[in-house]
Order: sequence, then structure tokens, then C-alpha cells
Amino acid sequence: MALSVASSPHFSRKANGTRSMMLDVIIALSPVIVASIWIFSWYAVVQVGLCVLTSLATESIWQKLSNRPGSVLDGSGAVTGIILGLSLPWSAPWYVPVIGSAVAIILGKMVFGGLGMNLFNPAMVGRAFIMLSFAGALGASAYVYPDAPMAVLTQATPLSAAKSSATLSGFPDIWALFMGNRNGSLGETSALAILIGGIFLCIRRTASWQLPVGVVVGCAVTSGLFQILGLSNLTILQHLLGGSLLFGAFFIATDPVTSPLTPKGKWIFAIGIGITVVFLRSFSSYPAGVMFAVLLMNAVVPLINRWTIPTPVGGPLPSKS
Amino acid sequence: MSVAILKDSRKLSFRKGIHPADREELSRDQAIEVLPTPEVVRIPLLQHLGAPSKVCIEARAEVRMGQRIAEASPGLSANIHASVDGKTAREGLVTLPNGRRVATLPIKSNPEQGLEGEALKEVYLGGNWSFDPECLDPADIARSTLEAGIVGMGGAAFPTHIKLAKNEKKPIADILVNGCECEPYLTADHRLMIESPDSVIAGSLMVQRATGAKHVSICIEDNKPKAIEAIRQAIGDRDIDIKVMKSKYPQGSEKALTVAALGRAVPTGGLPLDVGVVVVNVGTAASVARTVLRGMPLTHRIVTVTGEGIVQPKNLLVPIGTDFKTLIDACGGLREDVDIARIIAGGPMMGFAITDLDTPVTKGTSGITVLTAESIRREQATACVRCGMCVDVCPLDLVPTKLALAARHQNVELLNRYHIDACMECGCCAYQCPAGIPLVQLIRSGKILKRNRK
Ligand code: SF4
Ligand code: SF4
Repeated sequence: MALSVASSPHFSRKANGTRSMMLDVIIALSPVIVASIWIFSWYAVVQVGLCVLTSLATESIWQKLSNRPGSVLDGSGAVTGIILGLSLPWSAPWYVPVIGSAVAIILGKMVFGGLGMNLFNPAMVGRAFIMLSFAGALGASAYVYPDAPMAVLTQATPLSAAKSSATLSGFPDIWALFMGNRNGSLGETSALAILIGGIFLCIRRTASWQLPVGVVVGCAVTSGLFQILGLSNLTILQHLLGGSLLFGAFFIATDPVTSPLTPKGKWIFAIGIGITVVFLRSFSSYPAGVMFAVLLMNAVVPLINRWTIPTPVGGPLPSKS
Repeated sequence: MSVAILKDSRKLSFRKGIHPADREELSRDQAIEVLPTPEVVRIPLLQHLGAPSKVCIEARAEVRMGQRIAEASPGLSANIHASVDGKTAREGLVTLPNGRRVATLPIKSNPEQGLEGEALKEVYLGGNWSFDPECLDPADIARSTLEAGIVGMGGAAFPTHIKLAKNEKKPIADILVNGCECEPYLTADHRLMIESPDSVIAGSLMVQRATGAKHVSICIEDNKPKAIEAIRQAIGDRDIDIKVMKSKYPQGSEKALTVAALGRAVPTGGLPLDVGVVVVNVGTAASVARTVLRGMPLTHRIVTVTGEGIVQPKNLLVPIGTDFKTLIDACGGLREDVDIARIIAGGPMMGFAITDLDTPVTKGTSGITVLTAESIRREQATACVRCGMCVDVCPLDLVPTKLALAARHQNVELLNRYHIDACMECGCCAYQCPAGIPLVQLIRSGKILKRNRK
């Protein structure tokens, strides 16, 4: 009998562990991956596969070099890879996912000290890097391919179509947007698949429900206002379904490491993302509003955490007069 | 009919908290058994919150059960009484469940005991507990409680007479009699409510009389329907409320209970007294009744001996000062066919792991829980992923991960900014953390750090 001594509690929730959280995320992403393969066929497989492999390889090499205990199998590297892969256009040449993932892991995570220490969402760091380095590979034209085998790939993405024409003639109907029958980044097109996976994540409490709800509400309210004020020619639904907003709301904003700790902080962060997305879409020339909005709000998370320190139940003892 | 009433009554609760498996089925149906008088009891001279008591009897003196052997120091302290008939030995040292070494006065018990076995159980739990509160002088109740050395029996061991003293500045409106017993595994209070509900009711009325409170409520978690029923019948038509609480941890902590039962939150660093409430455990209430009606000081208590590592889990009535080994042996000993990993004084959420089976039962020892390697298994601690799950379960609205971080970095300013003093070490955060971070341990080290910096 080997008696051990430890601090209380001597009991913990079963079946926990960071790895099982990451596994949840991967399970939740699978409908999105399936939808993506259905729409973009093997292009999706290649991009996501390259991203995951590079992410894992980068992480293990980095760990070898820096002599840190291995965490490659904690699953977070794979999640970063999948999310980055799903946020690329189908046409990006092989070095784009490879460089993007390597940067995501190194600059997005490892230089901060590894999982849990990073300020910015690693996948978005990688994507921002390739966006700035290979603007062409991620620009509006990267999505369109007149001779493509699949019909959707011959169209412009809905949001860039809306930017270039005032009539919105290029905008697919809402049903097509919902099912995913439109062009866009690999993982963003099927709202249905995103909702299935995303709601699963929230039910499992691996993602905090406040985050996706906040992003959606922030975006809906701001885009509604913009429409009334005539600042944007898109409707609320087109904002919600036409780009990567839903994917971002359920899978990018919900990264625990780079979002605030308290429910109040989560609301501020998420609503902030939703509002920023609409601003960027309306006033900037970049089509990647969600990515910049997330990175921007990531940067203020430490501040949000400071602003939202809760008062303990019962409050302070009234000072004795 | 009665079941319908239970279903209809609104279940009261606090925000957040956790739902650990309660494992009460191991010992729930085991009637209280009297432990055969042990050969020796080693009674610690500090069993309560406050200052150690002073021995008031010589070594090698004959003592009778219930005779005072040490008296309360001035201020926060409590009297201590012999728990067997026997002869005192020389003072020695003993390790308390919390690891502290304190002085003890051992008593070698006589082969012939004045009161033991079924007779003891009858005096302790049985018989008639009715009385007329109007005939009792409130000050007398507080005085008897002090005399009898009664302290909180739910775990914290706060001297009860302090709670019962009339306080002109802070009048008491409500008494909450705490029968929640929210720690997993433990069933001592549960059995007491079933087997001697009248003593609990009598004690509750005495606490009300002593404090002058308007209302008394007995709070019981909804996973104890038998106890609720027994208490309900014992109340009869008396003016005592029964509050059915949701089974949730830490429902039985004073802070959660006042919020859940009355909607009043105790301020940080304050006591329920600050919001006009006195909370007493059901075991404590019964002890008050036993003292006032039967003249018995606090010499025994009910201890649940349980866990997957015990051959036959039981609820035992034992003399204070009996060592853990005797209790475990009375329950068939430790199981040989499982991998025993930890022995805990108390329950698994807030109890203390012990390695020394000579540790004595104190007034605050509600149970001995023997856990197997399987039940304490947890993941290797990994980095905090800032998921906020610890925040989502902290009943006091703290940010445990930041407290742990501040403790690691020895940053007292950060500890204060995140309100370290408010933490009651309930363990919800560490229970929930997916990264297996020992949050409570870190927070405790933060508290020590802060104290040392002062
Ligand atoms: S629950 Fe654990 S991993 Fe999550 S924020 Fe709290 S300490 Fe970090
Ligand atoms: S921080 Fe303290 S009060 Fe909050 S859950 Fe953890 S141990 Fe309990």
C-alpha cells in the first residue's frame, strides 16, 4: 500500500485533460471538413492535410531544438492546422499552407512559450502572415477559377462579388449560402456544417457559448445599423452567411487560450469581434475581416481580463464606522 | 403523498458549483454503530479554531467520561472532556489530520465503562427530546454550550458558544441548521437526521432561543429524501421551516448556504453573523440538545468510515481521541484486492490526506475516506489553456487561474487584485480544471505567501 499525500481536493472530474478538449474540437470540425470535401473535393484534403502535417512537424522539431517536454500529441497543433487549412482558398499553392502552418506554430505559439501562453490565435497569425506575404494567393482572384471542375469555383466569393458590383447580382441566394453551395475559404461555406459542429462544441462546454453568440449578435446588430444608415449594401443574413463569420464565431473566437476568462469578458470580446468585422468589411479593402477582427480583439484580451475582474460574492466587508 | 410534496417544493441553490458523484450509497443505509471502547484515547488539546486548551487535571488521575480535562483559553477556544472512563497518562504529542503536531492527553480506558454499547447509543440518540423552549434562559444555553466544549461538527470546528452569544449590535434573524452534507461519501449527518431527528429539532430550537432569532430552517439536500421525511415528521406542527436544497457541491458551505437558502451573501472576510444569520451543522445542534437536556458534554461523535478501500463502510459513534486505525479495523479493515492510494480525514473535496493511522478522531472529524488509485487518478498537470472552466464553477466568483498564476509568480499585488482572501478552498476549481492544475494547492501557497509578507 503506497499512501500518497496531496492537497485537497482528492477528487477530480473524470475524462478530462487538455487532449480530450482538443479531440472535441477535432470532432466538431469534422462536419465542416466533410462539407468542405463535398464542395471542393480533393483540394480540401490537400490543403488541410498539408497544414496539419506541417503544424505537427514544426511543433516536434521546435520541441527537439528547445529541449522542452513533448506536447505534440496534446492535439492543439492539429487543431491549429485544421483551422488554418479550412481558412485558405482551395487554389493556394503548396508552399502557402506549409509556410502558413510553420509560422502559425512558431510565431503564433511556440515563441510565447507554447500552448496556453500565446496572446494571438495561432491559426490567424499564420493566415495573416501569408496574407501579407502572398497577397495574390489569398486575394479575391485566388478563389475564382473559370475552368474549375466544380461549378462553385467559377464564381467570385459572395463578399468580393458584393464589393465589386453595386447590384449584388453575384450574391447567391440565402439557401445556397446556408448549405454551402458557394465559393469561399474551404471551411467557411457551409453554415449548416458549422452550426452542427459548433453547437456540439458548446453543448460539450469545450467552447463557451457566449463567444459564438456574441460574435453573431455583434455582427447582426452592427450590420443592421449599417444597412439602415446606408453604409453597407449587404443585409444582415448576407453578412452572417456570406463570409467566414460563422466559422470564425464557432471555431476561431472560441479558442480558449486567446479569449477572456470571465463570462462578462467573453461577451465584450465576442461582440467586439462582430462589430469590427462589419466595420472592416464596409471600410477596408481586405476581404478578410474576421481574421483581422479576431487578431485585434486578441490583443485587448489582457485588458479585458483586467477590466472584468469579478467582485467576489458578498462583496467587501462594510468598513467599520 | 409525501413524495409529491418533495417534488413540489422548490429546490434552493447557489450559482455555479459542481456535481461530483456523491458515492453516499456506500454507507448511507448503515445504521449508526457504537464502536467498542478503545483501550486508549489520545485526546488532542487543540481540536477547534482558536487557541489550545489548558490541561486542568494531573497525569495518572482517574477520570470519568464527560469530566473536563482541559479548559478553554481566553478568547476563541473550547473546553475538552474525557471521552472514556479511565486513567490519564503523561502528556504527549499527536499529529492532527491537518498535519499539525499538538499536545495530547492520553487516557487509558478502564475495562469497566459506565456507559458504552447500546446503552450509550440510547442516551446519545434515543429517548424523548421534547422540552419547552420558554422555560430555558437563553444565556444558560450559551453557557452550557461553552461548558460542554461544543464546536462546529461539520468540519471547521468553530467554537459554537461564540455563535450563540447574544450580540446587541448584530441581531440574528435566521438560524440555518445545516444538513446538506455536500461532501461526497460522507453520511454521518444523514444517519443522525434519520435516527435521531428529534435531537436535531431540539437543538435547533435551543439555538433559536439562545440567539433570539425569528426563524429556524433546516436545510437538507434533495438526495436525502429519507432524512427530509424523518425531519419533517419530527417537526410536526412546530414553527420550523424545512428547506430542500439542490444536491450540489459546496451546498453545505456557510457561504453557499446563506445565499441559497436566504439570498443573503456573506461579505469577504465576514461571518454569516454579518448578514444576520447563524449557521449550525445538524450534528452541532444535536450536541447542544444533548448537553442541555442530558448534561452530556461533547465526548463522542459520529464518523463515516467509507470509500472504495474499506471492506465494510459504516457510520460509527466513537469517543473523541480514538485513532483512525481502530475505526478502520472496526469496518473490516482495508481491502486487499484494490490499490489503496489515499486515506483522507473528512471527505475528498476538502479533507486532509493522512499517512499516520495513529491520527486521532477530533471534534471536527466527520469521516475517514479511503480512496483507491482508480478514484484519485487524474491527468498529469499541463499548461493552463485559459479555458475559464475554473471561473465557471467558482461559487464565489473568483478567477482561480489568475490566483494560481499570481501564487506561482509570488506576486502579492496580483493576489490581492484577484481577491485571494475570499477563497474558501472548496476545491471546485481544481475539480473542474481540464489541465489538472492543482489550483487549491497553489492558492493556499499564495495565502501563506501573503501572510509572510505582512
Ligand atoms: S480550468 Fe484550468 S486550464 Fe482552464 S483556465 Fe482554469 S486553470 Fe486554466
Ligand atoms: S477559487 Fe477558492 S472558492 Fe473558488 S472554486 Fe477554487 S477553491 Fe473554491
